[in-house]
Amino acid sequence: MARYSYYPGCSLHASAAEYDAATRAVFGRLDLQLQELADWNCCGASSGHALSPYLAHALPLRNLVLAEAQDQELVVPCAACYNLLRVTQAFMAANHEEARELNRDAEEILGRPYRGQVVVRHVLEVLSTPAMLGAIRASVRRPLHGLALAAYYGCLLNRPASVSFEENPEQPQRMEKVLAAVGAKPLPWPARTDCCGASLALSRPDLVGHLVHEIVSAARRAGAAALVTVCPLCQANLDGRQPKGREMPVFYLSEVVGVALGLKGAAGWLARHLVDPRPALRAYLA
Amino acid sequence: MAVDLPGAGAQAYLSPRPERVAAIERASGQRISLCYQCQKCSGGCPLGFAMDLLPHQFIRYVQMGHLEELWHTRTIWLCAACRTCVARCPNGIDLAAVADALKQEAVRRRLPAKESAVQAFHQAFLASLQNRGRLHELSMLIRYKLKSRGPLTQDLDLGLAMFRRGKLKLLPEGVRRQKEIRALFARAQQGGNGSGAL
Ligand code: SF4
Ligand code: SF4
Repeated sequence: MARYSYYPGCSLHASAAEYDAATRAVFGRLDLQLQELADWNCCGASSGHALSPYLAHALPLRNLVLAEAQDQELVVPCAACYNLLRVTQAFMAANHEEARELNRDAEEILGRPYRGQVVVRHVLEVLSTPAMLGAIRASVRRPLHGLALAAYYGCLLNRPASVSFEENPEQPQRMEKVLAAVGAKPLPWPARTDCCGASLALSRPDLVGHLVHEIVSAARRAGAAALVTVCPLCQANLDGRQPKGREMPVFYLSEVVGVALGLKGAAGWLARHLVDPRPALRAYLA
Repeated sequence: MAVDLPGAGAQAYLSPRPERVAAIERASGQRISLCYQCQKCSGGCPLGFAMDLLPHQFIRYVQMGHLEELWHTRTIWLCAACRTCVARCPNGIDLAAVADALKQEAVRRRLPAKESAVQAFHQAFLASLQNRGRLHELSMLIRYKLKSRGPLTQDLDLGLAMFRRGKLKLLPEGVRRQKEIRALFARAQQGGNGSGAL
């Protein structure tokens, strides 16, 4: 059994609790043990780097230091948290004077420095290795045959390219591979790595609404029954900011896999969405 | 020299101020002088339609060392840090990092932001972390509403829908070793790391 440290991030303890539950359930079924990182803190999201060059790296670094003490690979479900942890790793590895200064602070304030030894992986990266794709295929109870899905990657998983685990960061494929492994039909469509407007959701809902509308329209033109995301911020924007009327459901990848594996609790995850996704999945739910 | 903002189509002649370019290159970690105005950044920017200066225009001002003109733009606040420009730029320039450095300087100088709601959001978000080390969405929302002085009813429907589905937790959670978080915030306020004035 593989064991990982797990950094849920703030959203998964609150607005995206269904992503947390589905991810834990899927990992459990696949014999991957997740151990929540003790005393983790918020990574600062987009506000940290917007207002403070120091917090931009200091907040993620505290989590890296905690993870290093646990001595296991760190699995992260949120694309934004993942991005900031990886960017901070690169910042520390470059070893400029600022990085050395920050590491002296880490030693003084956190009681140990960062040694650059922790491996950070996004949930999608773990689920889409050839071995895990095989394990998923072997565990499917309710193949999602005929379900046309648009995989939406957004920005932060693959930009800058140095954080990406894809062969081609401009043309990511890993989500499509997982969707195919559970029998669904991943669609080719053009807006897979477009931006949803991220943290402008509250301050400029008009702009985010416009971007979301463009993304959902592109998915609809491609024939999608639903969108699939691997980020609680993307999901919140896509799920909450569509124009009223014919809204398209927005799944977390873990939920789609969980439904296909026939996991108990799936109905509970889906009941928390703003756009009810259950009609789209009626044929497959346990 | 007359500078006509927004710069779209305007004939603006700027005298270069190299010393200021060095300062912002240091603050942002970006080699801005490499930009040769190919405009790929603007071609791919998802927020360009709402900006008052397009990304390549914004970089041109920076390249000439004319930073004052930028502190009052929407552009520095509307950049969503999607990093599409970084992926496309033949010179690897990260415009979001440059916009961040300018936001920080504008805040330091207490200049009113053209996109005051965006600034209020970021400040409310960090204020919420400073106390507990983890975000509490509900109290952050309230803090943001009070700070931005926007219409309180905006997004009320969405908030209620989220609440009904249990998406807004009432009680905050926090890290155990909060003094570590407070110490990091204190260090940030003392101007830790790369926050020299522009
Ligand atoms: S893509 Fe890069 S080189 Fe081209 S205009 Fe933008 S910043 Fe300059
Ligand atoms: S990072 Fe900012 S400037 Fe660059 S493409 Fe995205 S929104 Fe535009």
